[in-house]
Amino acid sequence: MSQLNLHLKVWRQNAGQPGHFQDIEAPEIPDHASFLEMMDIINERLIAKGQEPVAFDHDCREGICGMCSMQINGVPHGPEKATTTCQLHMRKFRTGDTIWVEPFRAKAFPVIKDLVVNRGAFDRIQQAGGFVTVRTGAPQDANALPIGKEVADAAMDAAACIGCGACVAACKNASAMLFVSAKAGQLNLLPQGQPEKDRRTLGMVRQMDKEGFGNCTNQYECEAACPKEISVRWITKLNRDYAVAAVKDAFGNTRKEAGGGD
Amino acid sequence: MSAVFDSLSRFYASSIGKKILVALTGLMLLGFVLGHMIGNLLIFVGKDAINEYGHMLQTMLHGGGVWIARIGLLGAVVVHVVATIQLTQANRAARKDAYGMHKAQVSGKASHTMIWSGLTILAFIIYHLLHFTVRKNNDYDTYKTVLHGETVHDVYRMVIAGFSWAPASIFYIIAMVLLSSHLSHGFSSLFQTLGVATDKTEPLFKKLGYAFAGLILVGNCSIVLAVWLGYVR
Ligand code: SF4
Ligand code: FES
Repeated sequence: MSQLNLHLKVWRQNAGQPGHFQDIEAPEIPDHASFLEMMDIINERLIAKGQEPVAFDHDCREGICGMCSMQINGVPHGPEKATTTCQLHMRKFRTGDTIWVEPFRAKAFPVIKDLVVNRGAFDRIQQAGGFVTVRTGAPQDANALPIGKEVADAAMDAAACIGCGACVAACKNASAMLFVSAKAGQLNLLPQGQPEKDRRTLGMVRQMDKEGFGNCTNQYECEAACPKEISVRWITKLNRDYAVAAVKDAFGNTRKEAGGGD
Repeated sequence: MSAVFDSLSRFYASSIGKKILVALTGLMLLGFVLGHMIGNLLIFVGKDAINEYGHMLQTMLHGGGVWIARIGLLGAVVVHVVATIQLTQANRAARKDAYGMHKAQVSGKASHTMIWSGLTILAFIIYHLLHFTVRKNNDYDTYKTVLHGETVHDVYRMVIAGFSWAPASIFYIIAMVLLSSHLSHGFSSLFQTLGVATDKTEPLFKKLGYAFAGLILVGNCSIVLAVWLGYVR
């Protein structure tokens, strides 16, 4: 095991106030530590010195929850491809390196403290249509609804999105298109998602715009930064689904409210 | 009617709706840029060829054809420019606090400068129209020639006179470089926005876009250079 001596530039900020970079020396960091473990070590030292530890988000520490949001040296989740911050190891750095650590920056992701941002906008987008309505009662047989293997696999690829927000952080426009397209596309592709497809597409895009995310300029930085390697072809599909839903919305028949009942 | 209008204004208000309009008008303008270049290359065929082409455009549908085209193109340009300016403003607003360090991993220069290449091209279009269409501050209107016994506008002489003034030619060449940069991203980008790109076609659209951008650059600049070097006179 070897040790690294690192110089960190860490963003410090309290909600609603201007922030700044703090220079933090990080000597003797074991190279087998994960990035988050390195942050833990630094925080222990800060606390021992009576200083305020750096606030950062984390939960599973195994690459599946999407909590660990950090912009490391200008790239969300750091330099390693398809890897979350919690799965990034310090052996990817060299002793003497200066490492910039910042929050994911977007108007729609306000800073709560230091590196912690509020990604509630993603939840509200999901609530605007990222689900299938399930009726109560006995479920039908699973095999009553045939789904091609290719379709199931593709939907599974989109479902791999962990909602981390790296796509927003990487995009120069802070666009959420990769996230929204993965969440909408996963359901729009499957038979279970068909009944609510147009409503879902229009609703999720409307909420995305309302939250103040930017507009996609087809530069694909999101795909390069995504720890789950979600493909920008999902954005192609969202564009297509949106065009179809908008045309139906503009020129189709108006829905008659069902009468009767209570 | 108003229900349709409501939906359409919602469509325009949305991010994807605006982008689709930018893509569709971009497609129209791509077609125009290609047609415009091919027409102008007739200068290499000879004086009569380009004058005949100019006369044909002016007299098509009893002079109405050129106006239909002009109004269509003006509409496309207005939608393309207004929507992209609005989109760019929204994009800037979406990240107010800049990163201390931000690295682009895969996107190229051309894609980061679309608004600037676009606005310069807009300024160029205005200059170009005043120069050769409205013919302001020049006497190109008086250039006449006889073609098949008819007196027509001498496009050939106008182009030579127009490019004989170095500052104009230099602006033309700069504008063409920026146009080709704009096209190199815009071409493949529009297929993504219109929802038709696939893993198999995307690389093809990319290559076609670079080829198209190169073709427009070489084709249009060749006219300016030919006048400069005295090949066309
Ligand atoms: S698409 Fe990728 S980068 Fe974006 S939220 Fe999902 S997992 Fe994260
Ligand atoms: S902490 Fe759960 S993905 Fe990193």
